[in-house]
Amino acid sequence: MELAFYASALVALLASLGVVTGTNPVHALLYLIVSLISVALTFFALGAPFAGALQVIVYAGAIMVLFVFVVMMLNLGSDASAQERAWLKPRTWVGPSILAGLLLLALLGTLLRGDVARVIGGTSIDAQAVGGLLFGPWLLVVELAAMLLLAALVTASHLGRDAEPDRASGGES
Amino acid sequence: MSGIPMEHGLMVASALFAIGLAGLMVRRNLMFVLMSLEIMLNAAGLAFIVASTAWAEPHGQVMYLMVITLAAAEASVGLALVLQIYRHFRSLDVDAVSQLRG
Amino acid sequence: MMEMTVSLLPLTFLLPLAGTLLLAFSAGRLGERGAVWIGTGSVGLAALVTALVGADFALGNAGPQTLTLYTWIAVGEFAPSIGLRLDALSLTMLSVITGVGFLIHWFAGWYMRGEEGITRFYAYMNLFVFSMILLVLGDNLLLLFLGWEGVGLCSYLLIGYYYQNAANGAAAMKAFIVTRIGDVFLAVGLFLLFTQFGTLDIAELVTRATQAWSAGEPLAQLAALLILGGALGKSAQLPLHTWLADAMAGPTPVSALIHAATMVTAGVYLIARMHGIFELAPAVLYLVGMIGAVTLLMAGFAALAQTDIKRVLAYSTMSQIGYMFLALGVGAYSAGVFHLVTHAFFKALLFLAAGAVIVCCRHEQDIRRLGGLRRRLPLAYLSFVVGGAALAALPLVTAGFYSKDEILWQALAAEQQGLLIAGLLGSLLTGLYTLRLIVGIFHGEPKSKAAENAQPGRGPQHSVPLLVLAVLSTLLGAWLRPDLSAVFPAAPGADAHAGHTAVQLIASATAIIGILLGAWLFLTQGPKLARLAAEGAGAFFWRWWHRAFGFDGLYDRVLVRPFLGLVQSLRRDWLDAFCGLAGQLALVLHAGLSRSQNGQLRHYAIATVVGATLMVVILARA
Repeated sequence: MELAFYASALVALLASLGVVTGTNPVHALLYLIVSLISVALTFFALGAPFAGALQVIVYAGAIMVLFVFVVMMLNLGSDASAQERAWLKPRTWVGPSILAGLLLLALLGTLLRGDVARVIGGTSIDAQAVGGLLFGPWLLVVELAAMLLLAALVTASHLGRDAEPDRASGGES
Repeated sequence: MSGIPMEHGLMVASALFAIGLAGLMVRRNLMFVLMSLEIMLNAAGLAFIVASTAWAEPHGQVMYLMVITLAAAEASVGLALVLQIYRHFRSLDVDAVSQLRG
Repeated sequence: MMEMTVSLLPLTFLLPLAGTLLLAFSAGRLGERGAVWIGTGSVGLAALVTALVGADFALGNAGPQTLTLYTWIAVGEFAPSIGLRLDALSLTMLSVITGVGFLIHWFAGWYMRGEEGITRFYAYMNLFVFSMILLVLGDNLLLLFLGWEGVGLCSYLLIGYYYQNAANGAAAMKAFIVTRIGDVFLAVGLFLLFTQFGTLDIAELVTRATQAWSAGEPLAQLAALLILGGALGKSAQLPLHTWLADAMAGPTPVSALIHAATMVTAGVYLIARMHGIFELAPAVLYLVGMIGAVTLLMAGFAALAQTDIKRVLAYSTMSQIGYMFLALGVGAYSAGVFHLVTHAFFKALLFLAAGAVIVCCRHEQDIRRLGGLRRRLPLAYLSFVVGGAALAALPLVTAGFYSKDEILWQALAAEQQGLLIAGLLGSLLTGLYTLRLIVGIFHGEPKSKAAENAQPGRGPQHSVPLLVLAVLSTLLGAWLRPDLSAVFPAAPGADAHAGHTAVQLIASATAIIGILLGAWLFLTQGPKLARLAAEGAGAFFWRWWHRAFGFDGLYDRVLVRPFLGLVQSLRRDWLDAFCGLAGQLALVLHAGLSRSQNGQLRHYAIATVVGATLMVVILARA
């Protein structure tokens, strides 16, 4: 279990680095999927199989499909790669990376100085426990999440609409 | 070695978050910016799961569900915006989209 | 049955309110016809309800009563209600407001045809009717004050109806500010009465006042004086009269409804309603009569020298309200209210007829550019003749004669010879300026293209209101004299009869002399008069009267300019600079921060991360 956790965490970190540093959008997307799935693996290793399954289904499945569609629609290819390489000058990335590194150091420092001393033993929390909570004390939050998704749906379908040139000028807007 | 110290889980989450953050600041292509955001959200979800399992409480997983819902909503709206921006500017350069200034 | 009709009373103001809301929220989707129907219909239905209640009241089925709808505010002892007072006085006022108001709304449909924003016009008009009804029906002073301010607001809105013209906006502001001065007096008066008696209920207040104060008590004088201040502002009496002539900038039906028939008589109503307080302050009551007399003379002279039809009518309105104040001043409240009613009839008629002339002559309202319209606009001519006769109190056949005669007789019976003479002189002036107006518009030769090509108005919307008001301005209108003996104390001339016939004869003679003199002067001596007014002393008087004795200039010099000068000099002092420091600082900071809003998403992200890092570091150290 420990081995699975550390290995998949390493893969997740490396894949994420690949996303951030990559120049080809399609490759970056594949790295992202690898990263998401390895995070799902860490969930399994930690003892949260329900979350891990959801991570695979919703994240690596549904959301990534959206990304793939968009990349396909925009037809980002080798031109985009060249553009990315031109944009990724050291001048642009050194400063922000140092900043992110500083934040990471601050976070790690906080974590190491703390004395939580808790160990994750591998007791698994199953879907039943989560579901009972969801439709018990957290019911209102579930409703809110439903509202949020509905709002996102409406927004996306409105924004993603093709503005037809002949109708954009007059009449119904 | 028995069990994973909770700090290690949180460290992984922090590192993922920092990587996503660096991507957010560095990249000019909107697609990459959105992907970096996904990494950051994922890191937040990981932190919740770590906390949940460390205390053996399912509440953290409920919060993870909320994070995932948020990610889905964010991705759909963000990608729709990307499509519109691409139609409008014929480019995904964030720096080109800077009309909203004081 | 009886309970039913009286319980309909709230409908009288709820219907116009509903009309206002409907029109306001329709946002112009109703179209012109819809707006006219709703605006006129709501007031028409209110008039119908008033007629039902009035019939019950007249037949004795329903006595004077108070209808409490609900408690408005409750703060300790202070609990004014939304209560309606039904008695002869409020019913009389209600009938005038809804009846004459309905006819004017009806006529306005013709007058405003094709104008822009007709929905807005009717929404304001209905709101006005609503406020005015609250004013007269309210059983406590707070509700009355609400209506009082409401009519002021509507007056402001409607004077400035043609807001594209800056002069109209200025006129609206002037009306609002000048009447507001009076309103402040009234409000202070209400505070005074409340602190003294702890109630604002009118009946209760008057009872307590008569118990607590003896006649001539300084506090009673002060209270009456403050209430009088409010009445002066609203009713355009000296010295707060300057706004009314400028108020003619609004559409003519507005002038007819608000600035002739109803709102400007609110001051008369207020004094009549609060007569219990005024009875305790005889000196103030005498002042009321004096102000009325001076105003009626001053406005009469001013009306002689106006060239705008509507301004002549405006000064004539001031003058007639002066008569009402005179009646109130001698304690003849009933005569004052009677004149209010007949004045509402004939002055509404005159204004509507003036509106007909103005529309038919393509908005030409200068007497010097009209003339000879007698044959072209027969209905308007008839209306002007009937209304003018009533205004000049032509004996026996007109409504105005009976009410004015009553006032003069009461002045004599109260042994106020000075007021009587002022009233008689005013009567002479009335005849003169009325004839000048009618002759100027309808006789002689047309003096402009617009007058030559005048097209008479058609349709029942135009003619029926004029005819109904014309009938009401004759003898028939005088028969509608309300019986107010239950509301007011007996007038000074109630039991005496000595000299009544003499006064009637003298008043009739004065009116006839005024009319004949006017006819002779303006029909045959026109050129001579013009020469007289153009040079020497005549020119001086012409200019003086044309500017209504120069009150505007006086107020400008005494009040407005010193105030403006003070404001100018206080504009940049160190205190102000100190207070402005915060603003300056905000401006500098704004300039700095707005540069950081460069629209670069990545810069924003970096700024956020810097902040987050700092916070994590600070939290970690703590």
